[in-house]
Amino acid sequence: MGHLLRLCALALLFALPLSRPAAADLQTVLQENAEDVIRASRRTVEDVLAALLADNDPALPAFLEQWRGRNVYVREADGLFLYVEEIDRETYRLLDIVTRAEIGTAGRREVSQLRPNSGVQGVIASALVEFQLRDPDPARRGAALDAIARNPEAGQLGPLGRAAEAETDPALAARGARLVTFLTIAFADETADRVAAIQSLSGDLSLDARAALNPLLTTRLVLAEGEDPPAGNVAAEVRPGSETLSWEAAYEMLVQAGRAPAQVSDADRNAALVANLAEGRVAGVAVASLNTEAARDAAYAALAAEGIVPPRQTEAERRATAAGAHYFLVYTEADPAVTAAAEQALGAIELRVALNQVLDLSLDALSLASIYFLAAIGLAITFGVMGVINMAHGEFIMMGAYTGYVVQLFVPDYTLSILIALPLAFAVTFAAGVAMERLVIRWLYNRPLETLLATFGISIALQQLAKNIFGTQARPLTSPGWLDGAWVLNDIVSISYIRIAIFGLGVLFFVLLLLILNRTRLGLEVRAVTQNPRMAASMGINPDRINMLTFGLGSGIAGIAGVAIGLYAKVTSEMGADYIVQSFMTVVVGGVGNIWGTLLGATLIGSLQKGIEWFNPSNTLAAQTYMILFIILFIQFRPKGIIALKGRAAGE
Amino acid sequence: MRRPFVLRHPSVLVFLALLALFTLGVTLLSEGMGLGLISTSFVKTLGKTLCLCLIAVAMDLVWGYCGILSLGHFAFFGLGGYMIGMWLMYERTKGIVLDSLVNAPLPPTPEEVRAAIGTQIFGVVGGSEIPVIWTFADSLLVQLALVVLVPGLLALVFGWLAFRSRVTGVYLSILTQAMTLALSLYLFQNDSGLRGNNGLSGLQNVPGLLHLPQSVVSIGFFWASALALGLAYVLAAWLVSGKFGSVVRGIRDDEARVRFLGYDVEAYKLTVFTLTAVLAALAGALYYPQAGIINPAEIAPIASIYLAVWVAIGGRGRLYGAVIGAAFVSLLSSWFTGGGAPPIDLGVYTVQWTDWWLVLLGLSFVAVTLFAPKGIGGLVDLVLPGRVPDRHGADLGPGQGALREAEQARTEDGK
Repeated sequence: MGHLLRLCALALLFALPLSRPAAADLQTVLQENAEDVIRASRRTVEDVLAALLADNDPALPAFLEQWRGRNVYVREADGLFLYVEEIDRETYRLLDIVTRAEIGTAGRREVSQLRPNSGVQGVIASALVEFQLRDPDPARRGAALDAIARNPEAGQLGPLGRAAEAETDPALAARGARLVTFLTIAFADETADRVAAIQSLSGDLSLDARAALNPLLTTRLVLAEGEDPPAGNVAAEVRPGSETLSWEAAYEMLVQAGRAPAQVSDADRNAALVANLAEGRVAGVAVASLNTEAARDAAYAALAAEGIVPPRQTEAERRATAAGAHYFLVYTEADPAVTAAAEQALGAIELRVALNQVLDLSLDALSLASIYFLAAIGLAITFGVMGVINMAHGEFIMMGAYTGYVVQLFVPDYTLSILIALPLAFAVTFAAGVAMERLVIRWLYNRPLETLLATFGISIALQQLAKNIFGTQARPLTSPGWLDGAWVLNDIVSISYIRIAIFGLGVLFFVLLLLILNRTRLGLEVRAVTQNPRMAASMGINPDRINMLTFGLGSGIAGIAGVAIGLYAKVTSEMGADYIVQSFMTVVVGGVGNIWGTLLGATLIGSLQKGIEWFNPSNTLAAQTYMILFIILFIQFRPKGIIALKGRAAGE
Repeated sequence: MRRPFVLRHPSVLVFLALLALFTLGVTLLSEGMGLGLISTSFVKTLGKTLCLCLIAVAMDLVWGYCGILSLGHFAFFGLGGYMIGMWLMYERTKGIVLDSLVNAPLPPTPEEVRAAIGTQIFGVVGGSEIPVIWTFADSLLVQLALVVLVPGLLALVFGWLAFRSRVTGVYLSILTQAMTLALSLYLFQNDSGLRGNNGLSGLQNVPGLLHLPQSVVSIGFFWASALALGLAYVLAAWLVSGKFGSVVRGIRDDEARVRFLGYDVEAYKLTVFTLTAVLAALAGALYYPQAGIINPAEIAPIASIYLAVWVAIGGRGRLYGAVIGAAFVSLLSSWFTGGGAPPIDLGVYTVQWTDWWLVLLGLSFVAVTLFAPKGIGGLVDLVLPGRVPDRHGADLGPGQGALREAEQARTEDGK
C-alpha cells in the first residue's frame, strides 16, 4: 500500500507545471538525502526520487540515467556527488553533475562509486520512463511507447497511465491508452481493473488485442491425486483418448507420477528377448519361431513369469489404468474472474474475426475471379461467340506479358511503361490473332476438333519460341510504385492494390465488351455472323472480315490480360499453359457465347477455389483437384453452362 | 460367302508380318540375345515406342473411328503404369528389407517387414504408414487385375456421366482434359498415397528376375509389348470391320441420325471409350517397367494432346496410320531432343535442334492439319490402286465433326 501511496505522491508532483523554476540546486537536494542516495534501497529510494522530482532540476533525467548506469561518484572529502572521466588508471577528472564543467581532479581512491542494486535500478528506470514519456519531442515519446510495447514490465504501468492522461498528441494518446489497457490486463493488482480492461477489448480485431488476451488462457495438464480437481484455477476436466490428451500421454503422466509401471515398448521387448537369448532359445522357445508378434509376446511373458524382466502391460491394460485417473486443465492465470472475462472477450473477438475472415475470403475470391475473368474473356469471344477453339490463347496471354517486360527494358519509368505496355500488348496480340485467323483458322471453320489441334501446334511452337528468346527463367514485370502495398481495413481484411487494379481492369473490359457487342455496328455484325453466317452474308455483312476482327479482338484482350497477370505473377514461357484449362472451364461453366456467362463462371470458379482452400489452406493442389471434379459434375447438370443460349441462337 | 477376316483386310496381315519381322530383327541384333548391334537402352526405347503405338491404336479407335477427341487417355496410361509400378516397387523393397533383416538376432515378423517397407517407400514424402490403396501391392495377380479394373472403372464412370448428359465435341475434349488435369494434380500431392511428385521409381528391376541382366529383361518386355500391340491391332481391326464398326463410324459422322435409327449411341460410345481406356492402361503397364520411373508429370494434359498429335500426323481413321504416327513422331522427337540431329549453321545463328524441335513439330502439325488431313498414312493411298470419287469434298453428315466425302472414301480399310 505504501508503494501505491508514494506513486500517488509522484503523480501529484508531476501534475505540477514542469516549467516551475528550480527551488534548489540538484546537488543541494542530493546532499539533503545523501545517506539514502549512497545506501539506496528499494524502500528508501522512492522518497529520494520524490524529493528530486519535487525539485525538478533540468539536469535530473541525465543524472538518473547516470545513477542507474552506476556512473555517479561521491567525493570522500566533502561528500559532493559528481561524474568522473578517467584520465589515467589512477587519476579521474571530476565533472559537476549539473553543468558538467570540470571542477578538478582526484585520485582513484579519493572518490567512491554509487552502486544501486537491481531493485533500485528498476525504480529509477520507471521514473526515467516517465521522463521519456513527457519528452517535448513527439517522436521520442512514440519511441518510448514502442519500447514499452516491445518489452512490457509491471513498473511501467503507473508512469504510463499518468503520461497517457497528460498526452496532448491525439494519436500518441490513443496508443498510450491502448498500452495502458494491455499493461493493466497483464500486471494490475486489482481484479476489477483487469476485468474492466479485458472487457474493453471485447470485439477488438487487432492482433495485439488477441496477443494480450491469449496468454491469460494458457493451460497446463495436471494429473489429479484423487477424483477431486487440483488446487488452482481449473479450466476443465479432460478424458484420456481425447484430442488434448492422447492415451500414450495420459499413461506417461501416470508413469512420471510413479503411479504406473513404465511402458515396455516393442523395441524394449525385442531387446529383452535378444538379451536373454541362449543357444538359439529364449525362455524355452526356439528363436526361429519368433517371427510373429504373438510368439514374441508369449516368449516375453514367459520371461516375465520367471521374474527376469518386468511384466508387460497390454494396450488395453494401459488404457484401463489411464482411464482410472483424473486429468484437469488448469489455467496458469490464478484468478478465475480474469480467465472468465478473457474467455468471454475472446469469444466475442473470434466471432467478429470469423465474420471478417469471410469478408477477406470474399475479397480474395473476387480478386481471383477477376483474374480468371480477364484470362477467359478473350476466349469467351473466340470460343463462345465464334465457336473456335483457340488452344494458343494461353500463349497470347504470355505474349502480352512478355510485351510488358520488353517495354520495361526500354522505358524505365514503371507508370509510363505500363501505360505504353497495355495498348502495345493489345496491338501485338491483335496482330498475332488476325494473322493466325487468316493463315490457319479460317480454313478450319467447320472442323472444331481440327482447329483445336492446329492451334495446339501453334501453342507449342510459340511456347518454345518464347523459351528460345527469353530463356527459361522467370522475367520480372514490375508494377509502378503507387500500386505497391495493400488496402488494409483491419488486421484481418486487406487486399493489395494490384489486385484492386486487376479487378478494375476486369470490370472495365466487361463493360467495354458489353458496349461493343450490344451498342456498336461491329457488335451487331458479330452477333449476326455468330447466329447465321449465310444469312448475315446475304444482308451485306462480310463474314470473313467480321471473323477476323472478332478473333483479333479476343486475342488482343488476352494480351492485356497478360500484362495484368504478369504484374502479380511471374512471366515465364509456360504462364499461358497455367491458365488455359481454367479459362476453358470458366467459359464452359458460364455458358458459351455470353459475356455475362463468363462473368458468372469466373465468379463461381474463383469463389469455389478460395472456398475449398479455406477448408484446407495448406493444400492448393487438392483445392484445384476438387474444383475440377466439381466442374465435371456441374456440367452433368447444366451441360450448356450457367447461362445457356436458347432458340436459334443456340445453334446445334 | 464371306471371305476370311484376314483376306478381307490384307493390311492386318501385312502389319502383323512387319511387326514380327521387326521384333525378330531387333532381338537378333540386341545385346541380350544376339549380335549386340543395338544397345539395351535403345531396345528399351523401341519397346516403349511399341507401347506408345499401342495407346495410339486405342486413341485412333476412340477418335478416328468414334469421333470422340479424348484428351485424357494418358490418364489411363499413367494409371496402368502406377498399378503395375506399385507391385514392382513393393516387391522390390520387400526383397531389400528382407535381405537387410536376415542377420537380425530375431527373425522378422510380418509387421516389422511392413513397417520397414513403409519407411523405405514413403520416407521421401515424410510418412511411414502404408496407405490403404497399397493393400494388394503384395499380390501380382491382384495388381494385374487392377491395371485393367481401375482405369476401366474410371473410364466407365466418367464416360457414363459425360455421354449420359450428351456432352459432345469440343466440350467433351475439354472435359477429358479437365479429368486428366485433376488426376495429375491429385497425384502431385504428397498425401495421395503414391509418393507425390517423386512418383514410383526403380521399376526396371523385376522381382524374381533379378538374376537376369537388364539386356535380357529388356528383350522380354520388348516381346511383351510387340505381342500386346499385335493382339490389340487384330482386336481393333476386327471390331471396326464388323457391324459394330459401322455403327461406331456412323456415330462419328452423324450421331443424331444413328440415334434416330434406333441404336443406343451412348452404349456404343461408352463401350469404345472404356475399351480404349483399358488398352491404354495395358500400354502403360508395359511402358513404365521399361522406363523405370513414373511420376504425375507423365499424365499432365500435354501428354494426351501429344497423343492426338501422333495420331493426326500418322493419319486417323486407319489403324496403321496411328501406329506409324506414334512410332515416327516419338522416335523423331527423341532423336531431335536427344541431340542426335546435327545443328544447322545459318551464319548469323546456329539452329540447335534441342531448342527448335518443338517449334518445328508445332508448325509441321499445323501444316499436316491444313494440307494433309490424312497424315502420313495417306501416302498409302497414292500407291494403292483405285480412284476416289470426287464430290467436291462435301460433308457426309450435317454434323460439324463429319468426315468429308474424299476423306471417308480412303479411310475404309483395304477396299
